[in-house]
Amino acid sequence: MMAALPHDAFRQAFAQALLGPADDPMPLQPGNWAAQPGFAVYRNTVAKACIDALAANFPVMQRLVGEAWFRGMAAAYLQAQPPRDGRLLLYGQGLPDFVTQWAKDRDVPYLGAVAQLDRWWTEAHAGADAVPVSAAQLSALPAEALAATCLQPHPAARWAWFDAVPVYSLWRSHRESPQADPLLGGITWQGEGALLTRPGGTVLWAPLSRGGVCFLAACNAGRCLSDAAAEAALAEPGLDLAALLALCLSQGALTKG
Amino acid sequence: MQKQLGAGLGLKPAHFEAALESKAPGLWFELHPENYLVDGGPRLAWLDALRQAHPLSLHGVSLSLAGDAPPPSQVAALKQLVDRVQPALVSEHLAWSSWQGVYLPDLLPFPRTHEALLRISANIDAVQSALGRTIAIENPSHYLHLTGHDWDEIDFLGELVRRTGCGLLLDVNNVQVSAHNLGYCARSYLDRVPAEAIQEIHLAGYSQDPLLGPALWIDSHDTPVSPAVWQLYQRLIDRIGPRPTLIERDGQVPEFELLMAEREQAQTIQLDAQCAGLAVAA
Repeated sequence: MMAALPHDAFRQAFAQALLGPADDPMPLQPGNWAAQPGFAVYRNTVAKACIDALAANFPVMQRLVGEAWFRGMAAAYLQAQPPRDGRLLLYGQGLPDFVTQWAKDRDVPYLGAVAQLDRWWTEAHAGADAVPVSAAQLSALPAEALAATCLQPHPAARWAWFDAVPVYSLWRSHRESPQADPLLGGITWQGEGALLTRPGGTVLWAPLSRGGVCFLAACNAGRCLSDAAAEAALAEPGLDLAALLALCLSQGALTKG
Repeated sequence: MQKQLGAGLGLKPAHFEAALESKAPGLWFELHPENYLVDGGPRLAWLDALRQAHPLSLHGVSLSLAGDAPPPSQVAALKQLVDRVQPALVSEHLAWSSWQGVYLPDLLPFPRTHEALLRISANIDAVQSALGRTIAIENPSHYLHLTGHDWDEIDFLGELVRRTGCGLLLDVNNVQVSAHNLGYCARSYLDRVPAEAIQEIHLAGYSQDPLLGPALWIDSHDTPVSPAVWQLYQRLIDRIGPRPTLIERDGQVPEFELLMAEREQAQTIQLDAQCAGLAVAA
């Protein structure tokens, strides 16, 4: 009878057999476990848990591309970037970039950005808590003090501008209505910004203009409100600053830092 | 004062409101800490609310105690959650689930060697020291005939208890499934588990492998607890007395009321055992 493999050698062989292609020939091991029918239970459980987690974490992307395509892509992602954390609700950090690369030569340039918004939903959902600044707090300040105030984006807030493609409209429509027309006939194909926040227990989303994206980036860099507003106005001539500030406050996007 | 733990249920997000409102005596809820190790947001808020209403149990799936030493950051995060929700029970599995930093989301088997015993003892020691409390270790389901065991499973678990002071989480369904798959007697197995070490019991449903049918049973948690497992459970409780018992359901999850009805069956067996214990004491 062959001696047992040392513990880590056994685990190494087992892990390789779990993650490798199903038809990879395995060297004979003591007990020949990889050839037993029960080994498939472990293989299937590991792959299914990872792919199910990605499906749960990227729901809009799956709706856009369909379940079969999504699970094929997710299996490829699992091979390239298996989870490194037991918290599968956070699995898929690299998926937006992976999808962007994958979609480069195909006619779906928006997929990576849609995946990014799904990812941000998770990051907003699980992000740190903070008390958002209210409109009442700001309106109590004299004008000079208000201009000199520095506010930080809420730790759960995420925002970006997407050139050329109405990523936010695509994402929002499928997030709010799973039955939406996949490519939203009639949609205007132009760039859009998005803001995701979670001031309380629920993730909120709203469209954000180019100036708004610039404004939040400036706040994040530590600029005071008057400087952040000036940078935003430069990026978007004609920007309605009062409306932008009202949006940020109503979405709970800003804190006192 | 710690509420008496009777029969509990695995916490499902869809059942959260119903779980919060239920006033069933002895009811408690178990959850995987991995789903709540977040910086903030509604998940932690749910737990903060639920722990005011019912005792909680944290049942880990990713510490990989039969693997490398758990990363200190992972144990520290668990400790933070334990401190926050003050669970009545904390448990993990006799298994491994990571290799060289890659997480393999399953409870993976290994030959029960002396080397493995030392490794797992050290890992349990480290976790218990960090948490400042004992944890219970669960017997996994088996699907493979492995060679090279120095220990049988019950002696191995008993030795872990002796060396580390940990408790045991006895999953009766896992015993039923493993006994079928590996060809041993579930009743004989259960009869040998040291009664005083058992801190918690799990009950769940199993199914047949979709390809192999009755040749291989799967610990699928997607059906009600089987009559055979109820019989094994009754026999176990008759021997060891009442113990906190969890109904696990992860797939085909029915309405909360249906799970509560299944849970009531375990609760009744618990209460009968308590009465029998009192009668003996009198």
